Amino acid sequence: MAHTFRGGLHIPDHKELTREKPIRQIDGAPLYIFPLQQHIGAPLEAVVKPGDAVKIGDIIADSDAHMAVPVHSSVSGTVQKIAPALHPSGTKVTAVYIENDYKYEISERVQPKNPDSMGRRELLQTIRDAGIVGMGGAGFPTHVKLSPPEGKPITHVIVNGAECEPYLTSDHRRMLETPEEILDGLKIAMKILGLSEGSIGIEQNKPDAIRLLAEKAAAENGIHVVPLKTKYPQGAEKQLIKAITKKQVPSGGLPADVGVIVLNIDTVTQISRAFRTGMPLVTRIVTVSGDCINEPCNLEVRLGAPFSHVIDAAGGFSQEPKKLIMGGPMMGVAQFSLDTPVIKTTSALLAFHTLDDNYDLDSPCLRCGKCVEHCPMHLMPLYLSRYTLEENWEMAEKYNALDCIECGICSYLCPGLQSPLHNIRIAKQTILENRRKKK
Amino acid sequence: MNRFVVSSSPHMHKDESIASIMLDVLIALMPAALAGIYYFGWRAAVVMLTSIASCLLFEYLYEKLMKKPITTRDLSAMVTGLLLGMNLPSTIPLWMVVVGSAFAIIIVKQLYGGLGKNFVNPALAARCFMLIAWAGAMTTFPEPMAGVDAVSSATPLAVLKGVSEGTLPTLRQAFLGAMPGSIGETSCLMLLLGFVYLLLRRVISWKIPVTYIVVFAVLTFFFGKNETGMEAWTYTLLHVMSGGLLLGAFFMATDYTTTPTTPMGQFIFGAGCGILTFVIRRFGGYPEGVSFSILLMNVCTPLIDRYTVPRKFGEVAKHAS
Repeated sequence: MAHTFRGGLHIPDHKELTREKPIRQIDGAPLYIFPLQQHIGAPLEAVVKPGDAVKIGDIIADSDAHMAVPVHSSVSGTVQKIAPALHPSGTKVTAVYIENDYKYEISERVQPKNPDSMGRRELLQTIRDAGIVGMGGAGFPTHVKLSPPEGKPITHVIVNGAECEPYLTSDHRRMLETPEEILDGLKIAMKILGLSEGSIGIEQNKPDAIRLLAEKAAAENGIHVVPLKTKYPQGAEKQLIKAITKKQVPSGGLPADVGVIVLNIDTVTQISRAFRTGMPLVTRIVTVSGDCINEPCNLEVRLGAPFSHVIDAAGGFSQEPKKLIMGGPMMGVAQFSLDTPVIKTTSALLAFHTLDDNYDLDSPCLRCGKCVEHCPMHLMPLYLSRYTLEENWEMAEKYNALDCIECGICSYLCPGLQSPLHNIRIAKQTILENRRKKK
Repeated sequence: MNRFVVSSSPHMHKDESIASIMLDVLIALMPAALAGIYYFGWRAAVVMLTSIASCLLFEYLYEKLMKKPITTRDLSAMVTGLLLGMNLPSTIPLWMVVVGSAFAIIIVKQLYGGLGKNFVNPALAARCFMLIAWAGAMTTFPEPMAGVDAVSSATPLAVLKGVSEGTLPTLRQAFLGAMPGSIGETSCLMLLLGFVYLLLRRVISWKIPVTYIVVFAVLTFFFGKNETGMEAWTYTLLHVMSGGLLLGAFFMATDYTTTPTTPMGQFIFGAGCGILTFVIRRFGGYPEGVSFSILLMNVCTPLIDRYTVPRKFGEVAKHAS
């Protein structure tokens, strides 16, 4: 039987639109924009100035802080300006603008490195210098993740190939096209953590990926491919850990608390590249799909390319979209502009004309209990929603609002078209704000 | 200006709404309602149509008068109307049906804030109100297949309890529904069809109805006051199939608004209904106790929900470490 967790549900995934489309590399945008905020942690400072010439792989922004990784240029060309730019989160942040010279010259500092001759510290430094972050969406610096605090021994490293969000197929394609890089990246992570074993969890709706990786992994010692039940949110970190190790990450805790570290498929791929080719994180896979895209596809995009460039590479819009989403339809962020650039955590661009998203915050709650039955964190969204509307923050906290992982199942299921998640977000923000005020 | 709509995630929704769920319930009730018309004639149809029409009308009038959005299109008033009609004898005077519908919609549902806010099931509360107000008319049941001028007849439960004289149906008759009773409660077979439909459509879960029936059946089997001389299992089966037990367990103890939302709470609710129904049928003054049992458990629902909050993900590990 496939491994899984309690709660969640299968959501029609529409992956057939892009599942069979091989990854295609695109470049050629005249201007690349690099926001200086592409990870969770300390802000970066630009280390180039207007007029500077840069090549692919050159550092353009960095910081001395531990919780920070540099940003590299993904093209060769000239720094045009350092100015605010749109960020996928909906804000404006400082960014480095680089004019593409279309030569795609690679920096001299991009040199292969041999992980076998390196110690743990050097390995971590290489990963940091390559600008690698969790590419599933959170953007947590990978070298920080791979150096857990003292007293929290890591016993298990898991590569997350669940890809449970509808429409997304970028991890699937990576697994099919470059399984060696995934295994290599995982082995480097295992070496850093001093582990002899690692797992790759893959949802059963990708049998070809399971078969291929299991075949490749058979030649390696200690790497297991674990088939997971096809169910949203199987790829959520806590649910994935529960499915594979049977352990529950404690409330408010981190995977390291149960001795586990989870890495995204694209992240381990980048780890491998940081050593084998020496190329830092300058490209990523973006699934372009939805009912407004002429040719849904999986693209390997140079970071900093504006969304419009990516959409054009997918044949443009077939009809004017109502909504543009970065990421999956369940947890992705709605975008308001095509000028926003692709960043390290842009896993997909989805454009929809017809979308069942007519949530009505004033509609009644039937108390049907579907949100309780399917909540993967075993919360009671209907009560959290009600306490938010009553502004009863104490009860919202008591009913564990802060444990919500915002997977969106409660809203997706609500027959009343209420959006419990919308209210829970308000509760979480208010509770945290009140806590800060008390301090 | 924004070119695209910006809103918070999720950006998709399941193809399901209040109206689609209510429509499923209406479909599921059809077999039993048709069986009622088959056994009790066109008068049964008139009673059900009257209750449906009046429930819709009162919902519309109340909301119009109170300047609230009109919600008749969500079909919930229609479900209440059909359920109320199915819970009445086919011989009931129609003006009583209209008054009962007004009670269900205006007093039980709308005065508490409308759909999702009422704390007892509107159809059941109205039935109990009518039972107390017009005890005679509410407990006079015609013989099935006897036409409009049928003489009143004792229900199997009344005979089993020994409060009325009469002949008991065979198990086969009870299963098919050929016995005196409320319009929609007699046909076990047709009610089961509807129940299975709702389960397949995932509108309801099995937890409350199955717990309800099993707890009731076990108690009746071991502790029933079986003075008829029949075997215990026959006695138990007759008890399960007659009266409003199946109609109540399948369609009213599963009402979303008035039942617990937690899995554990649903087991407790079902067990509570089973125990109360047994106690009323065994010791109470009424031969039937389904309506009162469910209503009583409806009242306990907020409390049950509060004490059965599921253990959140990650709580076990916290205590263990």
